Amino acid sequence: MMWAGVLVACASCYALKLAGLSLPASVLQDARVQRTVPLVPVALLAALVATQTFSTGHHLVLDVRAAALAVAIVAVLLRAPFLVVVASAAATAALLRLL
Amino acid sequence: MIRDALGIGIATGAYALSFGAISTAAGLSLLQTCALSVLMFTGASQFALVGVVGAGGSVWAGAATAALLGSRNALYGVRLSSLLERGGWRRAAAAHFVIDETTAMAIARDSVAESRLAFWATGLAVFTLWNLGTLIGALATHALPDPKVLGFDAAPPAAFLALLAPRLRAREPMAIALGAGVVALVCLPFVPAGVPLLIVAVLVAIFGVLRSRG
Repeated sequence: MMWAGVLVACASCYALKLAGLSLPASVLQDARVQRTVPLVPVALLAALVATQTFSTGHHLVLDVRAAALAVAIVAVLLRAPFLVVVASAAATAALLRLL
Repeated sequence: MIRDALGIGIATGAYALSFGAISTAAGLSLLQTCALSVLMFTGASQFALVGVVGAGGSVWAGAATAALLGSRNALYGVRLSSLLERGGWRRAAAAHFVIDETTAMAIARDSVAESRLAFWATGLAVFTLWNLGTLIGALATHALPDPKVLGFDAAPPAAFLALLAPRLRAREPMAIALGAGVVALVCLPFVPAGVPLLIVAVLVAIFGVLRSRG
């Protein structure tokens, strides 16, 4: 099941890349497409941040991950590299659990 | 230009370390983790799939989210189409490399030849180091006893935040991001895991279409 999902997702992502290079430009230069597509990652990434920080299963929870996110926000504002942002969040959660 | 390409490759390789680690901690096998980096090869989508799976969602919800995030690569393709080789296998191979980094490097060049060189150099450097980083991150995490003790459950939201931040330079995306976060949390108790993301995607698409009319 996992493999099927992984491979279908890979094929879909490749098809989207190929479609951009292959479809007539008029289809993808449509104003609605140009306006909407860049908003999708913004909304999805924000929803991922929110759900993966403040929930476990179907329950809303407030735990050490919220503190880890706060540290990650500071790291992003300080323009830290990607790996530093992720590692500082993980380290914050690990340290708070030790206390 | 080659040096720039290598620099970007090294930076993304470091970021692939965290992908390999997060994917493994989410329960994907070494082979599945590496398959994602070889075959999907678009970072945000890969993080989304393993993030949804790691949070207990189905792999299909993860796959749908990954595909939705991959839609922006289609728009990059439109911008690259006139710069890259036309037909056949070269175009099919080039398509695999259509991602944020290669697009940024290829556009805004003085000539088509320079654009092509920048595209292929960046693509090859990022592809090589992205996969190497994934493998090392996954192997290192396999060796660990309990990923949660090391705070690995706090890593995916930080990764998503780092991917989101560069897209928030204006008021509208900021408002959309806040709205999307709130809507996802409000839906979450009532629908299967991963579905809040799809609800958010539908709502933002409706918003985008309505806004482009006015």
